[in-house]
Amino acid sequence: MIIDPVTLIVALITVATPVLLAAIGELVVEKSGVLNLGVEGMMIMGAVCGFIVAHETGSVAMAFVAGMGGAMALALVFAVLTQVLMANQVASGLALTLFGLGLAALLGSGYSGLPVPVASRPFPEALQAIPVAGPILFSHSVLVYVAIALVGAVWFVLARTRAGLVIRAVGENHDAAHALGYKVVRIRFATILFGGACAGLGGAFLSVVRVQNWFDGMTAGAGWIALALVVFASWKAGRVLLGAWLFGGIAALQLRLQAAEVGVPVALLDASPYLVTIIVLVIISSDRRRAALNAPAALGRAFHAAS
Amino acid sequence: MKMLPRLLASAALVAGLALPAAAQDDPFQVGFIYVGSPGDYGWTYEHDQGRLAVEEHFGDAVETVFLENVPEGADAERAITQMILGGADMIFTTSFGFGEATNAVAAQFPDVYFEHATGYMREHPNVSTYNARFYEGRAVLGHIAGHMTESNIIGYIGSYPIPEVIQGINSAFLHAREVNPDVEIRVVWTYTWFDPAVEADAAQALIDAGVDVLMQHTDSTAPQTVAQEAGIISFGQASDMIQFAPRPRVASIIDNWAPYYIRRVGEAMEGTWEQSDIWEGIDTGMVVIGEMTDAIPEDVRASAQAMIDAIAAGEYHPFTGPINRQDGSVWLADGEVADDGTLAGLNFYVEGITGEIPN
Repeated sequence: MIIDPVTLIVALITVATPVLLAAIGELVVEKSGVLNLGVEGMMIMGAVCGFIVAHETGSVAMAFVAGMGGAMALALVFAVLTQVLMANQVASGLALTLFGLGLAALLGSGYSGLPVPVASRPFPEALQAIPVAGPILFSHSVLVYVAIALVGAVWFVLARTRAGLVIRAVGENHDAAHALGYKVVRIRFATILFGGACAGLGGAFLSVVRVQNWFDGMTAGAGWIALALVVFASWKAGRVLLGAWLFGGIAALQLRLQAAEVGVPVALLDASPYLVTIIVLVIISSDRRRAALNAPAALGRAFHAAS
Repeated sequence: MKMLPRLLASAALVAGLALPAAAQDDPFQVGFIYVGSPGDYGWTYEHDQGRLAVEEHFGDAVETVFLENVPEGADAERAITQMILGGADMIFTTSFGFGEATNAVAAQFPDVYFEHATGYMREHPNVSTYNARFYEGRAVLGHIAGHMTESNIIGYIGSYPIPEVIQGINSAFLHAREVNPDVEIRVVWTYTWFDPAVEADAAQALIDAGVDVLMQHTDSTAPQTVAQEAGIISFGQASDMIQFAPRPRVASIIDNWAPYYIRRVGEAMEGTWEQSDIWEGIDTGMVVIGEMTDAIPEDVRASAQAMIDAIAAGEYHPFTGPINRQDGSVWLADGEVADDGTLAGLNFYVEGITGEIPN
C-alpha cells in the first residue's frame, strides 16, 4: 500500500499550524532582542482559555480571542519582569512556562471532555470536492489560512517597513536605538505581547480545532519545538513556514509510513526534527559571520536606559 | 526537549508536596504516582477513581496524595522518595515505566508498601505488582470490530511495543479474524501514553489508510474525536469514554482498580499485606466491557456478551490454540492455552498480522 500524498499534505498543514503560529510570534519577539522561553506556557494558556470560552459561549471566534488574551496576560507578566524589573530573560521564560502549565491545569480542571462548537471552514463544499487541490487548498479551518497570512505579514513588516526596521534595530543594538530616540522598552513590550497573542492562538487552535478537547499538558512540548524552529529558520519568516511544514511533515509521514506498514525506524524519524535543529545550529554557529548576520545581536540582553 | 517541561513541572509539584514527616497517630497515607493527569478521561482517570474509592471506603482513617504527570524514568524515583518523606505509608505507581524507580526506592524504605501497576519486577519483599488481563477485553472488542468493519481494515494505536500492548493487538486481531477471514490490522506506534495531539494525528493517519474501526492503547480521548469526525467507529479505552456514545464509541474496555486498591490498602493497614503478583480480568471485574450501544447489530451484541460470559466463567481463554506465530511456526497446538509466563513476555505477532514490531 502506498501513502496518499494529498491526505499527507492536508495532515501536515494541520499538524504544523499550532507550532507555526507560536514560532512566527516568537520570531518577532527575538527579532526585537528578547528571548522568551515561556512559549510553552503561553500556548497552554491559549489552549485552556480558548477551550473554556469556546465551551461557554459556543463561539469559535471568541475562543480565539480568549486564547490570545490569556496568553497575552502571561506575556505581560514576562514583559514586566524582564523589561521593567530587568529580570533575567531565560529564568523568567522558564518560570513563565511552569506558571502557565500550572495555571492552565487549575483553570481547566473540570473542563476536560466538555463539548465545543466545531470550527467552520471558510470555503464551500464544492471547492473542497475538487480533486487534489480541493483538500489541500480549501479544506482547512480559518486559522490555518490566518497563520500562513501572518507569516507573509511578518516578513513584510520586518523586511519592508519602517516599523520592522525599528524592531530589528532594537534587537541588534538597543543602546543605539535608544540613542536615536526609540522607546526600546515600549517596543519590546509590544513584540512580547504580539508573541503571546500568536502563541495563544496556536494553543487555542490545538484545543478548539485540532483535538477539540482540553487535557492537562496537552501542548506536550509544542512550544519548545516552536522555539527550536525559530533557530532552525535562522530568524527568517519564510523559513519558519518551511521549517514548520518540514517538522509537521515528518510527524505526519512517520505515522503514515507505520499505517502503510513500511519498515522504518520510528524512533529515528521521531527524533529527526530535533536532529535537524542541532545540525542547523552547528552549521550556523560554525561560521561566525553568518551567525552574526542572523541572530539578533542583543538577543537575551537586558536593556538599561540609563547606561 | 519534550521531556523538559514535564520534568520541571513535576519538580515544582514535588517541591509543593514536601510536607513535614507524619506523626505516629496520623491517618494511613497512601500515595499515587500518575504518568498522566486524571483529566485524561482514560488510564489515569480510572486510577484516580480507584484512589477516590479508597478515600470513600476508609474515610478519615486514610489520607491519599497523588502526583500527576510524573515522567517515566529516573525522575520518578525522586518523586516517589519525596512522597514517602512527606509521610506516605503505601505507594501505588500506576505505569509500566515506573518499575525500576519503584524497586529502587523500595530498597531504601523497607517499611513502606509498594504496588506497581502492569509491572513484573518485584526485587524486594515490599513490592507487589498488579495488572489486568486487558487482552480479555480486547478479544471482545476484536470480535465486534471483525463484524462491523466494512473496509476490512482495523486500526490500532499502540503506545509502546511492550508485551501488554502486543497481547491486546494479537487478541483483537485473532477474534476479528475469527468472525471475518478478510480482516487486516494496521498498527501505529506513538511512543507515548498520553499526547492528545499525536494520538489524534495517529488516528487520522490510520483513517487515511482506509481504517473504519479504530482501537487505541493510549490514554486520551483525542482519537475518539477524530473517529467521530471521520464517521467511523471506535472503542473507549481504559475508561468508558461514554461521552462519545453511541457513535463513534460503540463499546469500551474499562479498567476497574477500585476493589483492588481498597483490598490492598486494607491489608496494609491490618498488617496482613503480602507480596503478590495479581493478574485479574473479566472474572473478578478488574476488566469491564462498557455498554455496547445500538450501533452494534443485536446479534453481534449477543455473541459478544456470550464471549464475555464464557471468559468470566473461565470456560474460554482468548489465547486458545491452534495459534501460529507470525512466521508460521506453531505457538499453541489445538486446544492448548497460553500460559501466563509466555503472555507476560509476549514479543511476537500472531499469524496473519502483516506489520512488524519495532525494536
